[in-house]
Amino acid sequence: MLNFIIKRLFFAVPTILVLIVFSFLLMHMAPGGPFTSERALPPEILANLEAKYGLDQPLHRQILIYLKNVVLHFDFGPSFSYKDRTVNEILSQGFPITLTYGSIAFVFAVLSGVSLGVLAAIYHNSLLDYLAVGITIGAQVLPNFVMAPILVLIFTLFLGWLPGGGWEYDDPKYIIMPVVALATSFMASIARITRSSMLEVMNANHIRTTRAKGLPTRYIILHHALKPALLPVLSYLGPTFVSMITGSVVIDMFFSTGGMGLHFVNAALNRDYSVMMGITILVGVLTILFSLVVDILYAWIDPKIRY
Amino acid sequence: MNSKLLLPIALGASLMFSISVEAKMMNGEKLAKEQVFTYRLLDDIKSFDPQINTAVQGAELMRDLFEGLMNEDIKGKLIPGAATGFTLSDDKLTYTFTLRDAKWSNGEAVTAKDFVYAWRRLVDPKTASEYAWYMELMGVKNASKVVKGEVTPDQLGVRAVDDKTFEVTIDNALPYFASMTVHGSTFPVLQSVVEKHGTDWTKPGNMVGNGAYVLTDYRPGEKVVRERNPLYWDNENTIVDKTVALIINDDNQALTRYLAGEVDKTEIPAGQYPRLLKQYPKQAYSYPRSCSYIYWFNIGEKGPKSLKDVRVRKALSYAINREIITDRILQGGQYQSFNFAHQKTAGFQLPKIDYAGWTQKERDAKAVALLAEAGYGPDNPLSLTLNYNTSETHKKIAIGVSQFWKKTLGVKLTLANNEWKIHTTKQQNGDYEVSRYAWCGDYNEASTYLDLLTSYSGHNVSGYSSKEYDRLMVESKTMKNPNANYAKAEALLAEAMPFAPIYQYTGVIMLKTNLRGWPVDNLMQNWYSRALYLVEE
Repeated sequence: MLNFIIKRLFFAVPTILVLIVFSFLLMHMAPGGPFTSERALPPEILANLEAKYGLDQPLHRQILIYLKNVVLHFDFGPSFSYKDRTVNEILSQGFPITLTYGSIAFVFAVLSGVSLGVLAAIYHNSLLDYLAVGITIGAQVLPNFVMAPILVLIFTLFLGWLPGGGWEYDDPKYIIMPVVALATSFMASIARITRSSMLEVMNANHIRTTRAKGLPTRYIILHHALKPALLPVLSYLGPTFVSMITGSVVIDMFFSTGGMGLHFVNAALNRDYSVMMGITILVGVLTILFSLVVDILYAWIDPKIRY
Repeated sequence: MNSKLLLPIALGASLMFSISVEAKMMNGEKLAKEQVFTYRLLDDIKSFDPQINTAVQGAELMRDLFEGLMNEDIKGKLIPGAATGFTLSDDKLTYTFTLRDAKWSNGEAVTAKDFVYAWRRLVDPKTASEYAWYMELMGVKNASKVVKGEVTPDQLGVRAVDDKTFEVTIDNALPYFASMTVHGSTFPVLQSVVEKHGTDWTKPGNMVGNGAYVLTDYRPGEKVVRERNPLYWDNENTIVDKTVALIINDDNQALTRYLAGEVDKTEIPAGQYPRLLKQYPKQAYSYPRSCSYIYWFNIGEKGPKSLKDVRVRKALSYAINREIITDRILQGGQYQSFNFAHQKTAGFQLPKIDYAGWTQKERDAKAVALLAEAGYGPDNPLSLTLNYNTSETHKKIAIGVSQFWKKTLGVKLTLANNEWKIHTTKQQNGDYEVSRYAWCGDYNEASTYLDLLTSYSGHNVSGYSSKEYDRLMVESKTMKNPNANYAKAEALLAEAMPFAPIYQYTGVIMLKTNLRGWPVDNLMQNWYSRALYLVEE
């Protein structure tokens, strides 16, 4: 097991290097640059800007300088559009916010999704099943960009209970709507996967055997069915967790949370090369890390899997 | 001054003030006890550094935190700012500004040296400001040479005669020079603070300004808070204690939060003005705003052959039904446009453009005739591509125009939608046939528009080049009343039609009924928190 983890971490390094180089090249291939604006800059001003940000160097040198700064100094450089701030500052300010509401939303989505899915499977074709499936489908057709404005209309405008946006770490009032809006459709997907997987497991041979032994249903579900039924859910949760904690454009845009989600899209549109690279690397590292975590959990859940 | 010190001082001052405010009246109305103004800001602030900031939206922050030589009043008229006034030499090339006794927010005196430092900083290649061109536009002596690195920044035509006298030398007479000092990029900054903190000097706590407010809190992507600066020279007459900008990207979400009472001012989403005006007649406003929306025709090297024929360009322009665009699509009181400069620009007399006076029917008939003359018709239909950048409104207008052109002229128009950077790059490289564009004035004078079409302008992407036009614009710089030249220039544009004018902007906003002092009559929309106040409802 330890060998497996070491090997995986070892392979992660070239993966991330390839990711950096590819993103870097793709980004520079996109037409326009960070200083393209409605007002074409006089060539002398553009030259000064490019010199300041090192864009006057040949591309391969730019990549090398970038890699050196990232690897040796953990320095992601200055932002091209937010000129008073560095990428490190932007990430260290935005990431904790998305991490907070993303993790809460994740826990909420997993707990409610799995419960709904399990209930629906156990009471298959009953009223409870239809209700659960109904909720799931309802939640699925309400993606966050529809949920967010609906929530704001109800809880901010009509009821006046919650602020329409903003962020305070210690005030749940600001956290509720981002969490619910973000979690809903993930919850629906989790419930759907859980339900179908649970249905399959409940019909498996080993469950029939436990029933034949006369074990109580609750015991069967908790000790024999749930674990194998969660395998497909688990493989869905790895990437989902990463995408939830690295933020959502919609959530950050609607609720003015100051989170990281908005930066990704804005950086791409503004050709803010350094911010885009910073977020890409962060998301890349987290993705690799959590797919490793999922693999380890797999081995723990499924005795057939051994590394 | 560090942030720990600053906050109690600012709070203390506002507390003291709110006591004195209780009985205070303003123009016969009782002032509200709590003087906090909250407004919606579309995008996050790119920079708080006056010489680095390029965004027009958010420029009000610069005007609150810093103060330039001159300010604007509620009508947009030029009034003294950090300077009490200026004198102009007989050759009209040397401006001498006299500075008033004022202090920076750390207690140091504001001197002419601070202006010298800031102005040199703007053009210094080391600063690499995107707005360095503004000083070139002002024509300050040696500005271009400094930017190019040919001479050192200390060769720039600015000088501190003494602590209270700031002298500027310009290359050519420029009647509106003083009004250009209202722009944020000319605001002073304190050298010692900038050098001590580097790029971090704009962080709350580090920043030292000479404006009526100090930056007390900045949460990226969420909000910017500024509070009264007790050391500001006119603090006594400043009423609003605190101004909060909430960053809300989405127009509709901003409106919802306005209706929920979270912000006092927001922009109205496209198409919703008539409804909101009906529902909230005292809160919905539409007023002129200095921007002009056009479709460029590429008559340059890379442009299509068809557009090189002026008859084709005229036909296309005539056939656009501007009334439908302003009254049915935009619905925010926008002006139909037949010229370039915004018709409400100060001192600008809208010239008589013949096709502006025709009915749409007459324009269509003329358009059909012109296009036929140029050799296009049912057997030989004109095919063109129209580029626009991603936006619901641009799309609606583009679809509208494609219908006008198709129905009236049989033009086969392909609509090409690109994201912003690609759209702009194509436009600037001349890789387009017809392309959407909008220009917003830098200052309240028609040349901010008309200079664009000179053959030597870096913004003229149409390929239009006229010696007569260039001559008119150069001459206008030294004229006492340049309007006659502007009218002639506009007439030349209507005759050559390097672009089709479409509409001129209005600002459409919601304003809380207890807010006073909003400069609805200022075309540039340069507002200052210290000119606002809230009354008891």
